[in-house]
Amino acid sequence: MHTLVLTKGVPDFREGQVSFDEDGHLERGKTPTVMNPNDKHALEAALQTKVRHGGTVSLMSMGPPGYKEVLQEGMADVYADDLYLCSDREMGAADTWATSITLSTGIDHLDEEPDVVFAGFKTADGETGHTGPQTCWCQDWPIVTHVVALDIDEEERTLRAKRLVEGDVEEIETVEAPLPCFVVADPEFEPTYRKAEHRLRHKDLRAETQKRAENFEDHLEVYDQEELNLDPDFIGLDGSPTIVAGVDPIPKAPPEREATMVDPSDEGAMADVFEELEPYAGAD
Amino acid sequence: MTDDYEHYEAVVVGAGPGGAAAAATLAQNGVETLVLERGVESGSKNVSGGLIYAEESAPYTIDGLFPEFRSEASERPVTEYYLHNVAGRNVKTIDLTDLHEHDTTWSDAVLRRHMDSWLEGRVHEMTRETGGGLLTGVRVDGLLREAGEIVGVTCEELDPIKADAIIAADGVNSELARDAGLMDWEDPEEWFQGVKAIVDMPASAIAERFGVDEDEGVAHLFSGDLFEGVRGGGFLYTNDDSLSIGTVFHLDSLVAEAAEPHELLDALLTHPLLDQWLQGEYEELEYGAKLVPDSKKAANPSPHQGRLMLVGDAAGQMQAQGPIIKGMNHAVSAGALAAEAFSEAQTRGRPGEAGQRYETKLRDEGVMAKLRPTRYTVASAVGENGAVASVTDSLVDSPLGRLGIEAADRLGLLRRAFNSPFVMSVMPDTRTPYVTAPTAIAEALGTPVREENDVEPPDLADRIGDLTYDVGDPHIELRDNSFAASGAAVSACPVSAKDFGGGCYRDEKVKTNGHEEHLVSLDTQPCVECGTCAIVADTEWEHPAGGKGVEFEQG
Repeated sequence: MHTLVLTKGVPDFREGQVSFDEDGHLERGKTPTVMNPNDKHALEAALQTKVRHGGTVSLMSMGPPGYKEVLQEGMADVYADDLYLCSDREMGAADTWATSITLSTGIDHLDEEPDVVFAGFKTADGETGHTGPQTCWCQDWPIVTHVVALDIDEEERTLRAKRLVEGDVEEIETVEAPLPCFVVADPEFEPTYRKAEHRLRHKDLRAETQKRAENFEDHLEVYDQEELNLDPDFIGLDGSPTIVAGVDPIPKAPPEREATMVDPSDEGAMADVFEELEPYAGAD
Repeated sequence: MTDDYEHYEAVVVGAGPGGAAAAATLAQNGVETLVLERGVESGSKNVSGGLIYAEESAPYTIDGLFPEFRSEASERPVTEYYLHNVAGRNVKTIDLTDLHEHDTTWSDAVLRRHMDSWLEGRVHEMTRETGGGLLTGVRVDGLLREAGEIVGVTCEELDPIKADAIIAADGVNSELARDAGLMDWEDPEEWFQGVKAIVDMPASAIAERFGVDEDEGVAHLFSGDLFEGVRGGGFLYTNDDSLSIGTVFHLDSLVAEAAEPHELLDALLTHPLLDQWLQGEYEELEYGAKLVPDSKKAANPSPHQGRLMLVGDAAGQMQAQGPIIKGMNHAVSAGALAAEAFSEAQTRGRPGEAGQRYETKLRDEGVMAKLRPTRYTVASAVGENGAVASVTDSLVDSPLGRLGIEAADRLGLLRRAFNSPFVMSVMPDTRTPYVTAPTAIAEALGTPVREENDVEPPDLADRIGDLTYDVGDPHIELRDNSFAASGAAVSACPVSAKDFGGGCYRDEKVKTNGHEEHLVSLDTQPCVECGTCAIVADTEWEHPAGGKGVEFEQG
């Protein structure tokens, strides 16, 4: 069983990590790049497949060379065997459509066609959820979205999945699809390991991958434009039909209390602070 | 429909020293072995007094099975061993090194988290070689049966697993032993309860205050009048850079005196005698507790049923040889013997005979004779007879008794008696050896301690607060909440106390329909999973789910 996970590096939007300029624009240079948090569910689904059925897991992303570290992080999480990064200046500034075409070509370029491609549930920066389904459309494969549980019959070459209907946790349907197939894992996806054999294999893979992730570049292949030979009109900015009309910054919440800045070396000012605080200190 | 279940040749439940010894021996014999441990890591559910022995006469030792054990998993060896008889400030110290060294190749202090997690790594490697392995965070909650026969185990986290042999090394509160009806939790007289504090102390301070080099260590025992008359005693062992200080009491005596275990521990910690070592500094790293079976009464001489074999605490294999407590060494022997029994039976094509072979080995290798000495049965019939016990106790406590003690000391008999494995193994479970005699010895022969000990141990709320928990669903149900049925748990539970609202068990007076009822209530959140309440109260007791509940960092 050969599976591929599509993943993306996104700005780390956590408090204390993310940096915006005065106009509210994201400062990419000052904000670290991390793996899209929603891709975690795709990684878990791929790992479950590898643990249960053996085989390999590959990770693929499109982005600047700095995304290598994102792939390394993913390798450690999903115990991946190989990493692929589609990276070239000409691919830059792509929207989801140009990205999908690039990734689809990258998939065609793999030595072995994957049985299942896992995609994450929308990215933290774009929030579109387009890239997985569009890449699938390029491949002309079936796709199952909002997957919360997964079972694969290798002999029958079919995949059976439980999925949320319209993303509603109250309504779950079971669907079957032939392989190869795309799967979008829902945030509700829960991997299950009810057999000791699977947990033991999981443990083995963890030990093996720790070593592999240290030398991840030995397992990384970069696909550039020369390698993929894409039509320049279909990739990067030129291949992106999306036009951003404008960006409305989210207004900063007004302060709830008035703050006064005090220089701690100013003894008089500090004495005033103590005087202010005294009634609340509960002292005699 | 059990055909789809996974199958292993052997399943070992619990990865303490007994389980580790069993699994290592099975793997060495080429048996496909799965080890299931419910803690997040081996050792995270374990507390022990803290000394492991390698006996000269034992069929197996832990370092025999795991050659790097002493250099990598244990703390300091015990090179000196003392018993302090205490009466008020008066202390008479007797050197017990001879008794300690009897039949002993070596004995090391251990901390269970460090020790067991080290064993976990070795055991996983060994069992993986033969097609099995070790999994943590899996709670085995019962036996799988087919047509009434035991064929495997059931787990919370995994589908049922079938096996040709099931070795239950799941500790003092073994759910498998109870499921098979081989052990029960009924009689407080069959149990001890131990509580222990791990106290931070740099190696340099240990060297200076105990007068030991880095490859030396000391054991100190304490008995006499410092524990409110409860039958039992205290201990202090030196680790690499901490001390294990604790108390062990007969559970029936704790219940009878309605004593609070943590207060008895504090009585030891604050006794002036300890000032020479603590010197006013006290930082408690961990508070823990454990139930300890008294093998003289509880060890099952036939610890097997069908494919199931019990080893270690699960089979009551914990020997109290007077003041010296030996448990882990017997668990190691038993685990390896059970494994050996299965391998032999399997080789002969009759795996069903493993249990009987195991029982025979326990007897032939002398393990059972140590656990349940015949001479104790005879001695206890006399010594624990109410009238005889009362006369003996009064005699020891009388002026005549004092004269005898002084004479015995002059002749060197006292030291010889305490160092006699024979005398120690026939000591009756009465007040006399635990309380009256040590007190009388200290009064007659002791010298007063002049130092003041001003350490302040943490209160129960802080002790509970310092423990790590991942609380799951409540794992204990109180079946009868009347004070008459379950009230003993309020004081006997090591994390509850009569006037403390933050513990497991609480004392409540509830007014209903004009009359007042005396009840107890239970909140399992701060539970240290010792199992005391399973015996002294009316409860439905089970372990928390795998990886849930208390997690000991030291153990």
